Amino acid sequence: MLTLLFDGIAYGMLLFVLAVGLAVTLGLMNFINLAHGAFAMAGGYITVLLMNRLGVPFLLCLPLAFLGAAAIGAVLEPLLYRRMYAKPHLDQVLFSIGLVFIAVTAVDYFVGGVQQNIQVPAWLQGRFDISWVGIGKYRLFIIVVCALLTLALQAVLTRTRFGAQLRAAVDDPRVAGGLGLNVNRIFLLTFAVGSGLAGLGGALGAEVLGLDPTFPLKFMIYFLIVCSVGGTTTITGPLLAALLLGIADVAGKYYVPKLGAFIVYTLMIVILMIRPQGLFARAGGGK
Amino acid sequence: MTSKRHVLKIALGLVAAAAAPVGWAADTGPIKIGLILPMTGQSASTGRQIDAAVKLWMAQNGNKIAGRTVEVILKDDGAVPDATKRIAQEMIVSDKVTVIAGFGITPTALSTAPLATQSKTPLVVMAAATSSITEASPYIIRTSFTLPQVTIGIADWAAKNKIKKVITLVADYGPGFDAEKFFDSQFRLNGGQILDKLRTPLRAPDFAPVLQKVSDAKPDALFVFLPSGQGAAFMKQFAERGLDKSGIKLIATGDVTDDDQLADMGDVALGVVNSHHYSAAHPSATNKKFVEAFQAANKGMRPNFMAVGGYDGMRVIYKALEATKGAGGDALLAAMKGQLFESPRGPVLIDGQTRDIVQDVYIRKVERVPAMGNGLYNVEFDVIKGVKDPGKAK
Amino acid sequence: MSAAEDGLKRAARWRWWEGALLLALLLSWALLPSHALLLNEIAILALFAVSLDLILGYAGIVSLGHAAFFGFGAYTAALFAKLVMPDPWVGMLAAIGLTAALGAVCSLLILRGTDLTRLMVTLGVASILYELANKLDWLTGGADGLQGVVMGPLLTPFGRFEFDLYGRTAYAYTLFVLIVCLFIGRTLVHSPFGYSLQALRDNRLRTASIGLSVNARLVAVYTVAAAMAGAAGALLAQTSGFASLDVFDFHRSAEVLLVLVIGGTGYLYGGIFGAVVFKLLHDLISAWTPQYWNFWLGIFLVVLVLVGREKLIRPRTWFKRS
Repeated sequence: MLTLLFDGIAYGMLLFVLAVGLAVTLGLMNFINLAHGAFAMAGGYITVLLMNRLGVPFLLCLPLAFLGAAAIGAVLEPLLYRRMYAKPHLDQVLFSIGLVFIAVTAVDYFVGGVQQNIQVPAWLQGRFDISWVGIGKYRLFIIVVCALLTLALQAVLTRTRFGAQLRAAVDDPRVAGGLGLNVNRIFLLTFAVGSGLAGLGGALGAEVLGLDPTFPLKFMIYFLIVCSVGGTTTITGPLLAALLLGIADVAGKYYVPKLGAFIVYTLMIVILMIRPQGLFARAGGGK
Repeated sequence: MTSKRHVLKIALGLVAAAAAPVGWAADTGPIKIGLILPMTGQSASTGRQIDAAVKLWMAQNGNKIAGRTVEVILKDDGAVPDATKRIAQEMIVSDKVTVIAGFGITPTALSTAPLATQSKTPLVVMAAATSSITEASPYIIRTSFTLPQVTIGIADWAAKNKIKKVITLVADYGPGFDAEKFFDSQFRLNGGQILDKLRTPLRAPDFAPVLQKVSDAKPDALFVFLPSGQGAAFMKQFAERGLDKSGIKLIATGDVTDDDQLADMGDVALGVVNSHHYSAAHPSATNKKFVEAFQAANKGMRPNFMAVGGYDGMRVIYKALEATKGAGGDALLAAMKGQLFESPRGPVLIDGQTRDIVQDVYIRKVERVPAMGNGLYNVEFDVIKGVKDPGKAK
Repeated sequence: MSAAEDGLKRAARWRWWEGALLLALLLSWALLPSHALLLNEIAILALFAVSLDLILGYAGIVSLGHAAFFGFGAYTAALFAKLVMPDPWVGMLAAIGLTAALGAVCSLLILRGTDLTRLMVTLGVASILYELANKLDWLTGGADGLQGVVMGPLLTPFGRFEFDLYGRTAYAYTLFVLIVCLFIGRTLVHSPFGYSLQALRDNRLRTASIGLSVNARLVAVYTVAAAMAGAAGALLAQTSGFASLDVFDFHRSAEVLLVLVIGGTGYLYGGIFGAVVFKLLHDLISAWTPQYWNFWLGIFLVVLVLVGREKLIRPRTWFKRS
């Protein structure tokens, strides 16, 4: 069913944009940030509040969501996260769980716990029907935006100086620092951009995935699956993992609904057993 | 060995005896009502609505019965059944409550049932909706509703309105199975045909695959049951795939068009026909007063069917306490059974035999009501009177 | 005996505070009868946390899915009581045995990979069990929970005791199981096996290079920890007469991790202290602000980790620069 494939791809691309920041943080700072979903939630709520309370048009909300989440990330990174890089993974897990709790309850307090709804502009509603494929306009929009973002990310990584510095810092932060790269600044920028992307993903996803204060907890496992299966040393790894996850999830629910969620978890465990470093990790380099 | 056992028995006996005199003191002290609600977690909105309704009742009806003060002890169980049970146990043993109310989801009520029987404490279920709850203990009274009760309404309506082929879609948990089962049996009883029975996972659902199946099968209507909160997302995706224009009618139970969320759902919800026991737009004087008072006390928050379950639960408790002059146990239970009154939802009876609620079930359609600020409301256009829960063991 | 052996033997001796702790546990049953229910909950959580300490504190495995064993033990005990026989002791043994088997199988999954891999796998296993329990609702009662579990009386050398409304029998039973498990755990960690675990935690490569089988040890400790967690779950099911999907939920795994961290990892008793502090804090703060308990918990966690976990249990370090 091509429509299913299309839906799966849309879901996968969305997951990728949401999770790419986490993958890079993990690969770069070796930091397990379970609070990544909170940045996505922030972007989603910024969009909802701007659209519903201030009437800001949807398209404008997207970059604003990105900037908002990136700003929060840029503030939190030097303030809190930087002190955590050297700490053991257990501490990082606890720290990020603590942050999630704070974020979730704070949002619940200020905005309330109900599902938030937004009205996307009319030109994004509905679908095209082309022979056997039904193409939802909003999902097509998601795919296009995410594809552009992926290309942009790949371009930045491979064609710009910053990208080269980033790749160097991922491979070996100490040596990179020793060569005179300002590793702290690289971390800050990367974290901010990663959080911003999560925020953008949250904004895009509000329509399709729903938005309520428990969003970070509900989707955390999906982000983590994308990162662990995709590996954290490349961009294409998480991309392919996200697409795989999206398609497997959607197809699984259609063809074998009885098994539903099992498929995703079992697939993940099997993949991690065969290749514990992730499906697409490069050999050598990093931990 | 025997002497140790003896000592232990005496010790336990002393403990029990120490508890007894306090029971006498309760004759003049405050009457305590335990209220166990999910104030955190997934079902927090249920807790919030019921808490507001209970406070409203007490504000309107005072806190004195038979000369004694009524005290409501509110505790959060986060919808975790063993927490509910422990809190209930403490309330019975330490706080000496006369009655326990609340119970946001089914497992919390079921886990507490044996306690009710053991300690002869009536439980008033204000939210949970599975049929079997009232059968778990002879001390359980329900003022909420049961899913089978409201499902047969829409099944009947569908059968009478040229809908022959239906696909059912329910969330993958207890109440979902109940809704599926009863829609299926009632609809087929009326000669309809169920093409397929679909389920979506309770958490993080993506409706794309199931909606694909629906559009492939082309039924006359799609019957949906989803927990409150998922309705909006579902309807948007339904519309996004053009299914609303493909002639497939969307029918549901009222949980999907929950008053708590309906105002924000947008135009996608218009025209959805559903059946439930309470609508904030119910055109009775009692309801108008209730809704106005509720909104005034809660910053414009609209009451939903959970709130009305809490409000009526308090009514049942108060009237029963007045009849027994504050005593609990079997007398209180007897005074709760058989109560017949006008609730904001309509006429209500607590069945003397099943201890379950008998109420009117309305068929409604979602429309914009100019008289109520042009908001979206479930507007009733038909009613099935005095529906007993069909889910009881036959 | 060499100085090294002397040192280890000394470390294995009973400390005064361990004896005091045991005495306090026993006294709590006798002196606080009205709080038996809360104490029972604390004790069950403590046992669960101690079992996590074995794999986290002593073997260095970060698990976000330990509730898988807790829940499996709970359902096994509940189903055993309902379908086979209502005797609590036999049910407990059955739960422990079956959960240990599950632990042995799952231990094969955590042998390879990084911390993140293990985190994901443990999370995945717990999630799969949750879904299984939900799907097999003809057996488990699904989301409604398993009812109809009526426990038989507890047969002891002191006589037959029914599980009563006040929870005193339940608490005595739980205390007994907790103390037995503490003894077992203590023997384990002060044995050569226990020391090899700590070596494994500190430097896996070096441990392997001196000829110790890393994988065999991981399997062994994971199985024991699973069995203990299963015992805790069985206690919950048996003393409350009920089991629901919630026992597999992520918040249980997260909660036990927090409890252990609060109490301190790596010295076996952290689970008990952590459980007491956590539950008391929870009760206190929830009474004051039921909806936002998680908020304060979150702040507590962030501060705790930023300041340094060791500082919580060693107040002397509060004013020292580390």
